[in-house]
Amino acid sequence: MELIVDGVGHDFGTLSVLDGITLRVGAGEIVALIGPSGCGKSTLLGILGGLLRPLRGSVSIAGAVPRDSLNPFTYVFQDFALLPWRTVAGNVAPAERRERVEAALSRIGLAEFRDAYPKQLSGGMRQRVGIARAMVVRPAILLMDEPLSALDAQTRELLMEEFLALWLGERVAAVYVTHNLAEALRLADRVVVLSRRPGRIKAVVPVTIPQRERLQPAAQAELAPLHDHLWESIKTEAQVADREVIDA
Amino acid sequence: MVEDANKRPIAFRGGGFTLKPGRWASWIAFAAVLLLWQVAVGSGLISPVFLPSPLSIVLALQHLIATGELWRHLGASLGRIGAGWAIGTAAGLGAGLAIGLFSPARAVGVPVISALFPIPKIALLPLLILWLGIGETPKVATIALGVFFPTAIATYSGIDAVSLSLVRMGQSFGLPFGDIVRKIVLPGALPSILAGFRISTATALLLVVAAEMIGAERGIGAFVTTTGNLMQTDQLMAGVAVLSILGLLIGTLLTVLERWLLRWR
Repeated sequence: MELIVDGVGHDFGTLSVLDGITLRVGAGEIVALIGPSGCGKSTLLGILGGLLRPLRGSVSIAGAVPRDSLNPFTYVFQDFALLPWRTVAGNVAPAERRERVEAALSRIGLAEFRDAYPKQLSGGMRQRVGIARAMVVRPAILLMDEPLSALDAQTRELLMEEFLALWLGERVAAVYVTHNLAEALRLADRVVVLSRRPGRIKAVVPVTIPQRERLQPAAQAELAPLHDHLWESIKTEAQVADREVIDA
Repeated sequence: MVEDANKRPIAFRGGGFTLKPGRWASWIAFAAVLLLWQVAVGSGLISPVFLPSPLSIVLALQHLIATGELWRHLGASLGRIGAGWAIGTAAGLGAGLAIGLFSPARAVGVPVISALFPIPKIALLPLLILWLGIGETPKVATIALGVFFPTAIATYSGIDAVSLSLVRMGQSFGLPFGDIVRKIVLPGALPSILAGFRISTATALLLVVAAEMIGAERGIGAFVTTTGNLMQTDQLMAGVAVLSILGLLIGTLLTVLERWLLRWR
């Protein structure tokens, strides 16, 4: 299954937030979406999964949806969006698919917490529940809205490892919205840079080093200039966006 | 450790401003008030006609229990509260749910509720008697009306407080409308609904007594009025004690219910 985004644009009232976004996400491909604050990254992600109707352009799919997929477009949320009144197991199965729950829980190390409530868990464990919930429905594409930004740096490192293990195991495609360049370079096959509001695609940077090797020194040396390049391309945008927020 | 002639400890300044639960203080104070009261009446400082001693109130209560009169009155009151509260709660939950979920219902319901909520419901009893005749129905209807408004308001404001991101999560996993209401909206509104129950049960208790004072042969409210007219203050106070125990019991029951239903908090 391939995701095709064609000329998508969106406004909130008189405020134009997205303009002319054209993008393809191939089967099993991981695309990171970076850009300054308020550039419409989250809006675009909402449009991709059908939670928001775009005012211009269209989102479509080409090719067959994997037959066993219960929810082809599946979100992982920044604030985890767990139901506080449900246990871990109850959260992983919002639509009562119990048979798959146990497997998903043990794969991500939550088996012993299955009867705990979200308030009893750390942020990292909560997001693991969010990921297990997403994997249970066998997505064709994961739509991840800054899934690590509410977590501390160490937990972020741990979860990135787990994301990779999951993705590379299941070859599920992902659109990964982040502020964090290091996260993008660690996880993505392609990094899409959005400009400040209204968000337009400013650059698309492929990262060809296999994800498994990216922590090795040679790969790090190769990624460093890429990091600088990405930062250069969004730094001025971020500065202007920062001032815009203050002016507004 | 560095030894230094100038070394001195930092003064502690972080105390106070935290409340410690007093285990016995409240019981001791309660007992002291009762004792003082007993002594004041017993020594003739206060006339027992105006304020009977705690001991005579207990004796009067004992007598009421032994003769079965307490159950006759309490049973009548509980029947009215039960029926009125159940009807008012069912209607209030229904209206609150509709207002919380559907914009047209909100557009119609909120102004109507805001306009009618401040009316003291006991003032409607004479009208309800005109409409529904003398007997149980107007009393139950008054209680139901009194219960309806706080329940409806607690329900729709509870629904308003449910995080939209949880609803969007449900939609993103393809949950149908009914499942989103049942699994996300209602459990999310439950804390507010239960808080509303506290108000509505207190209202029901207040209204049953008021309605029984206006016109009833049985019921704690009627009993309190009758004994008052006969200057049987010890019996009157026994009735008041029963009411306060009833209120306390309902409150405790709700606390237990909250602890169980909201154990995830």
